[in-house]
Amino acid sequence: MEWILDNLGNIAELTVAHLALSLPAVVIAFVVSIPLAWVANRIRAIREPVLTSTGLLYAVPSLPLFILLPALIGTSVRDPLNVVIALSIFGLALMVRSAAEALDAVTDDVRTSATAIGFSGIGRFFTVELPLAGPALLAGVRVVCVSSISLVSVSAVLGVTSLGSLFTDGFARDILGSIIAGILMTVVLALICDLLLVLAGRLLMPWNVKSAGSRRRPRLRRSAEANA
Amino acid sequence: MIEFRQVGKTYPDGTTAVEEFSLTVPSHSTAVLLGSSGCGKTTLLRMVNRMVEPSTGSVLIDEEDISGVEPVALRRRIGYVMQHSGLLPHRRVIDNIATVPRLNGASRADARKRGYELMEIVGLDAKLGLRYPGQLSGGQQQRVGVARGLASDPNILLMDEPFGAVDPLVRVELQRELARVQEELKKTIIFVTHDIDEALTLGDQIVVLKTGGAVAASGTPAELLANRQDEFVSRFLGLDSGARSLSAEKTDDGELLISDAQGRPLGVVHDQDRGPARDSQVHPQDQAR
Repeated sequence: MEWILDNLGNIAELTVAHLALSLPAVVIAFVVSIPLAWVANRIRAIREPVLTSTGLLYAVPSLPLFILLPALIGTSVRDPLNVVIALSIFGLALMVRSAAEALDAVTDDVRTSATAIGFSGIGRFFTVELPLAGPALLAGVRVVCVSSISLVSVSAVLGVTSLGSLFTDGFARDILGSIIAGILMTVVLALICDLLLVLAGRLLMPWNVKSAGSRRRPRLRRSAEANA
Repeated sequence: MIEFRQVGKTYPDGTTAVEEFSLTVPSHSTAVLLGSSGCGKTTLLRMVNRMVEPSTGSVLIDEEDISGVEPVALRRRIGYVMQHSGLLPHRRVIDNIATVPRLNGASRADARKRGYELMEIVGLDAKLGLRYPGQLSGGQQQRVGVARGLASDPNILLMDEPFGAVDPLVRVELQRELARVQEELKKTIIFVTHDIDEALTLGDQIVVLKTGGAVAASGTPAELLANRQDEFVSRFLGLDSGARSLSAEKTDDGELLISDAQGRPLGVVHDQDRGPARDSQVHPQDQAR
């Protein structure tokens, strides 16, 4: 406990470094997964192959990937870019299927009606299909976010600093406080990010929260009947 | 005026949805396409806004062949109302109605103002404007659907079983409301339904369709009811079962009780001095007039 209090500044720095590695990966995984999912849904013949093969990327062991990447893309072994790219790949593996299913779940009724009232193809995608896929996309992003935050720690073995460095140092120098701080902060960070995502979802998708509130339903129904 | 000139639709897999269909819908009138599912009525409707391209023949709006009109622009000047309302669940009621004016380039404020005008026209409380579609009853959602269809003040309104999914009482009310709105706005409407009473209530002309878009009969509601030539039409309208052969019987109060051939009571005709006969249910189409 004392060790933790003495090293608060250091822990805070590592937390920032941890976020700087994991958050870009979450964003990249999300942004790349959308067009991939769209294409997979669009061309039915390649849907399963694309989804399955991207999903299998998750099976690549993380440590070898961290080591292999510098050779593939010409970065140095300690370059944080390796970590971001590796995490993006894992994120993508988780995200593509969720994204494809989220986009696929938009009902035909809504699609047809959006087309009928004069949305262009691109307009319909960005203003109708993407927002309606939002709740399911958010569920996917939450998994990717938590998984990325926990996976970042592995990179400490290679000497890229993150909260994982607290384990490696803690084990090397036999400091229990450091190990506990590493575990705690990783969990806390994952929880906070997850919570922020949930809150963002509520703000960005108010229709989802309100129509899901089953408690409000009876009251609305009654006033509905009076007005119908 | 909308004109179908010998249109046909055959899908790549060989199924024929419509064959050699011709129809002229005069401006400011309502044409009802009536038939069971699979008769090609929705296919025909969607040819008017180019959601379905005819394989043969052509569709003309005010003498202009629409195959040369850009589909998205065309759809923005044609109102469209469908079953289950087709509202965008993630937009508030008022923004759903304002969608088409917005797509046509109106400012958000102007589009919303127009939206509130339309809510009043279709009989919706302005307070509902800020709700989401999922918070409305089925009947209210359909009213919003109609309001949205009218939002850009289109000359043409396409309606695909718009009242098919609401309960019978609300349906009758919505039909009456639509007839009232039409009386005022005088749109050219093509209305698709499988409900005979709805067709008789709303149609200036009715086209009864058989499988494959073949026309079994067409004419005004009165002409159709008087038609006993075609067996399919008679059966479809219930003429053969006697559902539309009515008999009258004087009640103790001096009113006329009308029943169908099975003796099922349909309604009461009041004496002339007691009230207008149009309140009765003898001629469903009269409710609209």
